Amino acid sequence: MDIKSRSILDRSFTGFAIFAVILMVLSLIALLGPIIYNGLGAYIFDATIEHKKVLMDLFERGNKEELKAETEKTNTARQKLYSVMTEFEPELKEMIDKNPERGYALDSDYDDFKKTVYKLLGPKPGAKTPVMARDRFGATRWDKALTILNSITELPEWDYSSGIGVKTFKPRRDLYKGTKLEKAFDDYLTPSFLKQMLEPGWTFYYGFLTDQSYDAHFFGGVWPEVLGTIYLTFGSMLLAIPAGIIAAIYLVEYAGDTKLVSFIRSCIGTLAGVPSVVFGLFGLACFIGKDSIFSISENASVAAGCATLALLVLPTIIRATEEAIRSVPSSYREGSIGLGATKWECITKIILPSALPGILTGIVISMGRAAGETAPIIFTAAVSVGKAVNLDNIFSQPTPALPWNIYNLCTEHQEVDQIRYVQYGMVFTLVAIVLVLNLSAIYLRARVSKKLRG
Amino acid sequence: MNVTMNTQETKKDGKVATPEVAAEGQQEASSLYTESLAHRNHSDHKTEPHITAKDFSIYYGDFEAVKKINIEIPEKEVTAIIGPSGCGKSTFLRCINRMNDLIPSCHTSGELIFDSHNIFDPHVNVVALRQRIGMVFQRPNPFPKSIFDNIAYGPRLQGIKSKAELADIVENSLRNAAIWDEVKDRLNQNALGLSGGQQQRICLARALAVKPEILLMDEPTSALDPKATARIEDLIDELRGDYTIIIVTHNMQQASRVSDKTAFFYEGNLVEFDKTEAIFTNPRMKQTEDYITGRFG
Repeated sequence: MDIKSRSILDRSFTGFAIFAVILMVLSLIALLGPIIYNGLGAYIFDATIEHKKVLMDLFERGNKEELKAETEKTNTARQKLYSVMTEFEPELKEMIDKNPERGYALDSDYDDFKKTVYKLLGPKPGAKTPVMARDRFGATRWDKALTILNSITELPEWDYSSGIGVKTFKPRRDLYKGTKLEKAFDDYLTPSFLKQMLEPGWTFYYGFLTDQSYDAHFFGGVWPEVLGTIYLTFGSMLLAIPAGIIAAIYLVEYAGDTKLVSFIRSCIGTLAGVPSVVFGLFGLACFIGKDSIFSISENASVAAGCATLALLVLPTIIRATEEAIRSVPSSYREGSIGLGATKWECITKIILPSALPGILTGIVISMGRAAGETAPIIFTAAVSVGKAVNLDNIFSQPTPALPWNIYNLCTEHQEVDQIRYVQYGMVFTLVAIVLVLNLSAIYLRARVSKKLRG
Repeated sequence: MNVTMNTQETKKDGKVATPEVAAEGQQEASSLYTESLAHRNHSDHKTEPHITAKDFSIYYGDFEAVKKINIEIPEKEVTAIIGPSGCGKSTFLRCINRMNDLIPSCHTSGELIFDSHNIFDPHVNVVALRQRIGMVFQRPNPFPKSIFDNIAYGPRLQGIKSKAELADIVENSLRNAAIWDEVKDRLNQNALGLSGGQQQRICLARALAVKPEILLMDEPTSALDPKATARIEDLIDELRGDYTIIIVTHNMQQASRVSDKTAFFYEGNLVEFDKTEAIFTNPRMKQTEDYITGRFG
């Protein structure tokens, strides 16, 4: 091959490499961008006065006097809407008598109208406090409020003229033409007047991270999930790191090179590739229930989840540690032994410190994995709704955890569309936790290897 | 006594029916070696042997790397071991403090006596042995720790914890290795940041810190430039008289410069062992002469 085509090959390789790197960066941005944008929506949003009421009623936070004054101010605005409604109600009764066809049609629609208004503004003043927390408050977020307002003013209609049903909207106002309620649509059910009724304002809701959740995540934060994730991550690391490092030391330094050892080694490799749901079922079979082999708890518990996750990441830690120990120059070993160190002293004082950066890499990878795995904890540790678990209950109590609850929320929550932002917030929080864990481990590794390199 | 042993050896060789030439060479070498030893015993009675090898062989699996050598290494003198690559000189050196234990396939026969014990006796405490017989390796191998921690590594293993005592040992060792002035201001910096020559002197200081009786040096200057080599050679000269030094080297000028006695190894046999002057000016064996004049190796 002549020198020209060789250099062309070389250059095109560089081009491909740069292209691949750019592609990776772009997909990272495409992936993280929406997560961050949507997820931040759970923390920073345009909050209405109802949000303040939630904080005051459920968490006893906020300024009571200020809230009272604001509530009065919004109540005077709301009163205008309510009075139109009370004026309309006798008119509706009269209409049912005079013109039953239109009257009954309006009556059934008016029920829906009322419900939606209470959903927007909260229960009517003076009404009995509803049982469900979700019925006790109006829209807490301005974007949510605008959507609800839209569903008040617009009615969906299906047009079948083309053969396929096409969804169109028509103003609800047309339905109430000539009644007293028309005034409500004209003057009060508009975004500008809604502002007076709800007093929106931008807020940073740090409580999304630190608050308990209320009424299946309708209100409050994700603290139980965050705490559960932290328990599971650190608990599994607490079990897996010592076991993994000791196993790796044994395999490299003591076990020799027999057939049995190479068999064990390939078993570890296989174990690293086993689907995580298998580990989950293994944990269910071995750790849970009185009759199981290594019974940890009667039902799902944090400790059983930690043990299952530890088994899941153990092969990764063993392999990374093995590689790291193998890559320590043999001259360090010789130097240490030559100065009269025993094998154990050589391992603890020279080999492990030199292998530390590599070991930390393995720990970083497994920590991210333990924090994000869903399948192993479904059967062993997770619960859909729950309060934060105390440390002394980890051997008996299951815990909510971010990866499981993200999945659970989007598949099993009855009204997930109402609280999508909670789901995004959970994903964002999980990514942030894994990122923080990784960054701190990377920082630690950089410090250690700098110390080793001199 | 040595004479009888060598006759036995010759007999054995005859029985095993090794190729004639080799057997002859060995016989010749053995007899000469006995002669020179006799010569040594007559002439200087000052020094006692520090390490004595009796019919000492080293095997890697089935391969005999060092073949039944007999040698008496004098105390507090510098002994150089020369020979072409693969002649077993490094293997022999590593056996003196049982570094060969790190190689699973390596085993020995015969005796290697130090302090009236066979080094390969199963009852020998290897850790204690290695503290008395220190080693400097071919490539500088400081640990990835601070200079202070490198030197203090051996003493700490012996259980010395007092900071003042450790500081004392570190300073003395670094002074003995002639590197104190260069590093005294940066004892807390990583030893890997030093130049190769400095690193090798750190390794020497590290070995000295354990206060060994014998220093083994396995081609200590082969990875260094001439200037650093000269410094190490000066250092060996200064340490002469305080330590028994055994140095393996490829560099014959180095052997002639630094050593009192020189042993010539060839294909696992100890061909000749005599005063360095005698080896380099008037070798008794043709093989030795060929080697030092550069005809092979």
